[in-house]
Amino acid sequence: MNESLKSLLKKTSLALTISAFSLSAAMAQAADTIKVGVLHSLSGTMAISETTLKDTVLMMIDEQNAKGGLLGKKLEAVVVDPASNWPLFAEKAKQLLEKDKVDVIFGCWTSVSRKSALPVIEEKNGLLFYPVQYEGEESSKNVFYTGAAPNQQAIPAVDYLMKNEKVMRWVLEGTDYVYPRTTNKILEAYLKSKGVKAEDISINYTPFGHSDWQTRVAEIKKFGSAGKKTAVVSTINGDANVPFYKELANAGVKAEDIPVVAFSVGEEELAGFDTKPLVGHLAAWNYFMSAKDPANSAFIAQWKKYIKNEKRTTNDPMEATYIGFKMWAKAVTQAGTTKVDDVRDAMNGISVPNLTGGIAVMNTNHHLTKPVLIGEIQENGQFEIVWQTPGGVIGDAWTDFLPDSANVVADWTAPIKCGNFNIKTGKCSGQNYK
Amino acid sequence: MNISLRLLSVLLCVCVATLCRADEFADLVVKLNGDSFSEKTEAVGGLHRLDDKRVLPVLKAMQDGNLFVVAEAGQIVIGKESGEGYEVQSVLDNSPLGVRTKSQLEKIKINNGLRRELRSLVAGLELSAKDPDIRRQSAINLIKNPDESLRESVESALGGEKNQAIKSLLHVALASIDINSTDTVKRKAAVAILADAVQPEAVAMLEKVAAKDPSGHYLEADTELASTAEAALIRIQTQLGIYKFIENCFFGISLGSVLLLAAIGLAITFGVMGVINMAHGEMIMLGAYTTFAIQQLFPQWLEMSIIIAIPAAFLVSGAVGVLIERTIIRHLYGRPLETLLATFGVSLVLQQAVRSFRANNVAVITPEWMSGMWQINGALSFTFNRMYIILFSLAVLALLAFLLRKTYMGLQMRAVTQNRAMANSMGIRSGWVDALTFGLGSGIAGIAGVALSQITNVGPNMGQQYIIDSFMVVVFGGVGNLMGTFFAALSLGVVNKFLEPFAGAVLGKIIVLVFIILFIQWRPRGLFALKGRFVED
Repeated sequence: MNESLKSLLKKTSLALTISAFSLSAAMAQAADTIKVGVLHSLSGTMAISETTLKDTVLMMIDEQNAKGGLLGKKLEAVVVDPASNWPLFAEKAKQLLEKDKVDVIFGCWTSVSRKSALPVIEEKNGLLFYPVQYEGEESSKNVFYTGAAPNQQAIPAVDYLMKNEKVMRWVLEGTDYVYPRTTNKILEAYLKSKGVKAEDISINYTPFGHSDWQTRVAEIKKFGSAGKKTAVVSTINGDANVPFYKELANAGVKAEDIPVVAFSVGEEELAGFDTKPLVGHLAAWNYFMSAKDPANSAFIAQWKKYIKNEKRTTNDPMEATYIGFKMWAKAVTQAGTTKVDDVRDAMNGISVPNLTGGIAVMNTNHHLTKPVLIGEIQENGQFEIVWQTPGGVIGDAWTDFLPDSANVVADWTAPIKCGNFNIKTGKCSGQNYK
Repeated sequence: MNISLRLLSVLLCVCVATLCRADEFADLVVKLNGDSFSEKTEAVGGLHRLDDKRVLPVLKAMQDGNLFVVAEAGQIVIGKESGEGYEVQSVLDNSPLGVRTKSQLEKIKINNGLRRELRSLVAGLELSAKDPDIRRQSAINLIKNPDESLRESVESALGGEKNQAIKSLLHVALASIDINSTDTVKRKAAVAILADAVQPEAVAMLEKVAAKDPSGHYLEADTELASTAEAALIRIQTQLGIYKFIENCFFGISLGSVLLLAAIGLAITFGVMGVINMAHGEMIMLGAYTTFAIQQLFPQWLEMSIIIAIPAAFLVSGAVGVLIERTIIRHLYGRPLETLLATFGVSLVLQQAVRSFRANNVAVITPEWMSGMWQINGALSFTFNRMYIILFSLAVLALLAFLLRKTYMGLQMRAVTQNRAMANSMGIRSGWVDALTFGLGSGIAGIAGVALSQITNVGPNMGQQYIIDSFMVVVFGGVGNLMGTFFAALSLGVVNKFLEPFAGAVLGKIIVLVFIILFIQWRPRGLFALKGRFVED
């Protein structure tokens, strides 16, 4: 008994010494690396989408390290799992900034997760790159938005349908939460400004994970047979998309009759569909895997090699992550430091090539300039690009189509230095515009 | 000499004409691969005007996405998928050109506008096809996009058509072209035909004729025509109201059958055994993934995959169920709270396990015989997958009722759940019966997963969508009663579908939930309460 206790003590102290050594070794190493935080859910509902982005960041870090890192230091990833739990995003962001002392964070998918982490990141003066299309109406000093604002996705998509498909009647179909509601509010105002009558717009919301679409599809069919060309603008989120498209296919709603344009359905989501009956339905993004550009082919090859799976797809938020990472690396090199304030100043106006053959520019409102592409679904689960804006579109943090935010601009350079500056009153209100 | 000269010139003319024609076809085909969609549309229109047998196959291939350009040669070919590549043939003389890989061919892009154009042109050309289904579909497509230039082909097809149903569709197609003509006689005849049609497109056309300005006058100059249209509309609206009601009933029964399928396994594990199994949804998920696995393993039996998947899913989910019962639940009988927490843990483990395999949302293919719909008339149609699921859920219910009531195993199950001590003393191995009952409930959930894979997405979260609804149905119907589960599922489905058009999906769901809460206050044991001594335990 006594013997064993002694040996246990010995072992423990040995273990403690070893861990102390390794800890100090780790700390010594830490001083020589640049830490990159990855704040994406690896479990829970959002894991499906976000794990891909975590892998993208890790791949980019590997690539940068193979080139010798940044400022002569290696990059080191710090991956945390906020588990699709919104308050946990704030906690994990705090851990990344306080404990791990990361220099930059790539992360978040849903708006609510970003809003949760935002106060912590602003308080600790961190740096977040947010890579997903969102509803706009925000510009934080500490966040760079590399996904699309509504004017880089929703509005051009509607324009395309109006001009090329002569659509005169609109169904705005969304899941009941903040992104579809804000987007639809903006779209409704926009359509009305284009002379669409109120009776030609039908707005409808369904709960998360809605799986019985029979009634809605029957109603869309009916709404669409009034003799005017009709289209559906879908902000339906995640899991509800598959039953929606299955019902559309079975009920014989063809893209030739009532095209559906979606803002949340990309290559990754199409992998869960049988796309044969859905050919011709549309999606609007800033990137499609089918884009013909050498940079894109190289990126796809690199991704397939990294993930060791020939069948994996690439998608728009991955391109946004790619652009964000490249911009950050360039800004750090230019600033010669990873200090947040210096990097942020260097970020203004920085440009890197995107994957569709153009140049992405970071504007002073912390949103990107990027092209808008319209793609049609093909049998092979890919999109065929049928239209794209001639040049890049500047991301508008505050939409011009809602009276409340029409007068608000974001500009993080002198003299305004504000995320929500009211040009009428000349005042900079708090972060959240009310 | 004179004659021979004439002959020569005539011959030359013919020669040039045929050459021209051949050239025109070839030229237009090349233009199909033009740079802009408007150029392609023009070429399609040009091809359609040619009287050439080769046109229809080209247009059809283009519509179906089977028209390709051979990368290096620039030759335009029609491709047919074969294995890894495409078997291609020349559009000019239909000569086979062997098999090309996907990378050697570039598909000729089309967009929705072009697809629409192609559809009505192909429909016009196929009105005289041999297959009645193709003729029917062509007629329907023509009603969707009435095209003045196709009037003649519709008329000639009408003359030769024998099938009554297609004939009446063609009449509607003709009327939808004529209603926009300037000839009053034609328009009058068109309104008369449209007045007997129930296609939504026909109704819309009548509405256009009968439209009024704000002061109540017809916008249409021919007021007599407008009032005929209006009278017809009133009649059609009542008819459509009846169809709408039937359709709502079908939607409700269909939703009810989905609820029944999801809940019926739970009616056994929770209803009969009293185990609160939060991992029930994951048993459904496992069944759905089994379907996917079967389709991946046996791609050659795609049409039959659903049938094969039913026993397979039963075995997979049932085996997992028995495993969970033997390792976890067995130790927790009589401790509902612990059971709830433990099975909730199991459900999280199973979900994350699926994610770790990177089997996120997977595409389960719907076999041909389950796709599409049964078009009863222009206004009413039932989708096949829903009809099969209704029948399937009833079959599962009947089989289960038979198993519980009429077999020795069912007798043992009921004996153990009603009075364990007594059953033990009669020589029943209650431990085995527990495991088998739980396995049965889980296996049935697996079968439900096969059916659900046909209408919803198959992903790690799919089980969670059904767990709440399943408990709701079982509690509402009365715990321990299969018939109660049946009636609860159907009534909740129908009520939900009649509420949705008025209240919207979100509010409709809330109303149903509030109703159930109130109902349970009033009758805590649900619709069909079990009676007897053992109920009090």
